[in-house]
Amino acid sequence: MIKRLFIFMMLLLLALIFFKLASNYTENTQLSKLGQYYAEKGPQELGAPNLVTAVVVTYRGLDTLGEVTVLFISAAGVGLLLRRTRRKQDDEDLEQGDRAEETAGVHKPASEIVETATELLLPMVILFGIYVFLNGHLSPGGGFQGGAIIASGTMFLLLALPESHISRLLIATIESLSGFSYVVVGVLGVILAGGFLDNRIMDLGTYGSLFSAGAIPLIYVFVGLKVGFELSAVLDRFRKEDTGPL
Amino acid sequence: MSIIADIPVSLIVLCSGLGLILIGLWGMLTQRNMIRMIVGFSLTDTGIHMVMVSIGYVTGGTAPIINDAVPMAEAASRIVDPVPSALVLTAIVIGLGVTAVMLSFAVRIYKARKTLMIDECTESKW
Repeated sequence: MIKRLFIFMMLLLLALIFFKLASNYTENTQLSKLGQYYAEKGPQELGAPNLVTAVVVTYRGLDTLGEVTVLFISAAGVGLLLRRTRRKQDDEDLEQGDRAEETAGVHKPASEIVETATELLLPMVILFGIYVFLNGHLSPGGGFQGGAIIASGTMFLLLALPESHISRLLIATIESLSGFSYVVVGVLGVILAGGFLDNRIMDLGTYGSLFSAGAIPLIYVFVGLKVGFELSAVLDRFRKEDTGPL
Repeated sequence: MSIIADIPVSLIVLCSGLGLILIGLWGMLTQRNMIRMIVGFSLTDTGIHMVMVSIGYVTGGTAPIINDAVPMAEAASRIVDPVPSALVLTAIVIGLGVTAVMLSFAVRIYKARKTLMIDECTESKW
């Protein structure tokens, strides 16, 4: 009871701080200095219409590399925690528990509608994901968003055909290759242009066209593939082990 | 009616975000079910994103994409701040990774204990 009171008091104090913050809030009428710099110089310097992409991929590219690393580590952590090949003796009671659960739980196969819709829509979902990360420098979207859409396609597949096999090797290969290429593009920026992850290693091209903004589309393709396959691997890990006959 | 119309849009987003942070914290502190605690974390996370986005808003601003709709010459006066948006993009991805790891911990604990209640896991309590 005293603990509840303590929590309540803490939240109340926090709410008071938040209230003070919100009551003194006035909306910005102009951009911050940094935002202004990006707005004025960004399109000319980098050739990317989408300024968020310009900030994420180039101006703060190192942060994005760190972000991709964090995502990789968390995917690896999920893989470690939910690994499937177990030593029998260690986890014998666990295995037994699983089996008991499996017989207790009622598995229903996905309905005809879901299966047919998946066959029809899955290629389009994946194509849309690719579209989103290819156009990351032109329109709202980018590598992470496109990758998430591709992973939602995988989710779709797992819902409709739970026993479908997803190749670990393929996922690992594409993921490592795209991660490696991302770093290589970054290092090329040091050698050929102004610094790490500088996008001007390639021609800036016509402003607003698909193949423009230097290396940004290239980087976003790598990020999109990496994120998409990584999240697919995470979803695959959360699937019930040994799905068996459903 | 005019009072409601005078409230800036970003203030509404800011207040909703702060409210979500509080609700999420309440959930994390009072709930004993691990899945509910993770839901609380996600709520706090989303609340923080909303606060950050609202801070970057500029009155009457539009998306920071400079094409035919927003000519380059008047870009600086017509767009919202791109920096908080980029920051939120990063934060969403990190939040997703953290949530995935927390959920897999919950799965492991459930497998070992057959329960999701945090009260049952006492041996690592100090």
